[in-house]
Amino acid sequence: MKRLANLLLPAVGVVFALLVWWGASTMVTDLPSPMKTWEESKIYILKPLEKRGEMDQGIALLAYYSLMRVARGFLLGIAIATPLGFMLGMSKTLSRMLDPVMQVLRPISPLAWLPLGLIIFQKSEPAALFAIAVCSMWPTVLNTMAGVRAIPQDYWNVAKVLRLSPFTTFARIVVPATLPYMFTGFRLSLGIAWLVIVASEMLTGTPGVGGFLWQEYNSLIYAHILLAILTIGVVGFVLDRLMGFAETRLRAI
Amino acid sequence: MAFIEISGVSKSFSSGGEKRDVLSGASLSVERGEFVSIVGMMGCGKSTFLKIVAGIIAPDAGRVEVGGSLVRGVQPNAAIVFQNYSLLPWFSALENVRLAVGAAFPDWTKERQREQAARHLEAVGLGKALQRRPSQLSGGMRQRVAIARAFATEPEILFLDEPFGALDALTRESLQQELVRLSSSAHRPVTTVMITNSVEEALLLSDRIVPMTRGPHALGTPVRVDLRRPRTAGELMHDDHAARVRAHVVASLTRDLKPATKQQVA
Repeated sequence: MKRLANLLLPAVGVVFALLVWWGASTMVTDLPSPMKTWEESKIYILKPLEKRGEMDQGIALLAYYSLMRVARGFLLGIAIATPLGFMLGMSKTLSRMLDPVMQVLRPISPLAWLPLGLIIFQKSEPAALFAIAVCSMWPTVLNTMAGVRAIPQDYWNVAKVLRLSPFTTFARIVVPATLPYMFTGFRLSLGIAWLVIVASEMLTGTPGVGGFLWQEYNSLIYAHILLAILTIGVVGFVLDRLMGFAETRLRAI
Repeated sequence: MAFIEISGVSKSFSSGGEKRDVLSGASLSVERGEFVSIVGMMGCGKSTFLKIVAGIIAPDAGRVEVGGSLVRGVQPNAAIVFQNYSLLPWFSALENVRLAVGAAFPDWTKERQREQAARHLEAVGLGKALQRRPSQLSGGMRQRVAIARAFATEPEILFLDEPFGALDALTRESLQQELVRLSSSAHRPVTTVMITNSVEEALLLSDRIVPMTRGPHALGTPVRVDLRRPRTAGELMHDDHAARVRAHVVASLTRDLKPATKQQVA
């Protein structure tokens, strides 16, 4: 009974959302209905790996390009953010010094970073990575910092009492104690990176879900916009679940 | 000069703009190989005293000398056991002990460090739990790991901060005996300073007992426990000397607790 409800209730929610969509499509002339969207998009879904042109590709391929771009930008971001978070967590001086800079940089939209990246790198691909990295790094910086600060005095005492070297203290106590916080940061950072990808692909016109969305808008094929939107949502949801799973595994230790 | 020489140690903490003197001019000498217990009630500053002597926190005034040299930071030849075990939850029992061995004997191979750790865990009866994490161990077993960790570094000085305070009476007793056995079978004499709130525990283990009351000038007159070893809790109950020591310690601990009016009358 409970399992049935677990399956049934979400299904009811989905049907309800589809009804709202359908209702809206009867009122807005250019908004395709769910059925029309499926009819016009099914080739992308049923042949997800087919490549017909630069932008005209199966949805799985487009999502793959976007994911690869996000992965690179995200890895670049956390490669900077994690050490920075540790340093800020361990040094009050440094964190007081950098706090105003971070508070100013943090709320800047990816749309604002991207032109700057284009000026600096002169190419769209590195500019996109730059925007993803610089936007997505903050949750990892802040969570890692908070994690280091939350290490109980007991553990610092262990380091003191056992006379562990600074390196051993860092590797065997600080990192493991901070790991759960770090992973929360990673999960939030990945979420932001995935948000940024669409904006950066739209502006740079590179192949991927976001690039596809923008091109189909310009080609007036509105059903494909909805396909792209749904793909972005589903992929983002799966990413978050995967990171969440890794996080709970870590916290269980 | 005694092996551990504590002279005029003072410490105060300030919280919310209010300064509170925890210790003021506390002095104590501990001979090499001696077992000294400091007995006091909660909040009398005995834990702070031990942390200063062990070099975990620095005193505001006064000095602690070990073997004639001033203590700055934790001594390389000292080990400390805390009441709350202080094990690292992400490591197995073996790795917790190995970490301490590795820090004490950095020149040893990993293999030798592991052997040393395993041997000391076996000595406290945890040979079958080497790979278990602290969360998979009972309180008594965790404290056994902490004790194994302390002895695995082959310390000359052992600081015990209410080591058995969180354990039930039966576990407490078996661990006390375990401690006596490990101390007496160590390669070199172990000098021990223990903090406890149990007079019986102090009687069972110590050469000397120092009562400590609340308030800055808190260290009372040390009293010697002249009883042959090994001692058992049962013997102590009926021994005359033990009764006198107990009476002295309890009297010094409760002196300040009597109502002020009665004292004036007396």
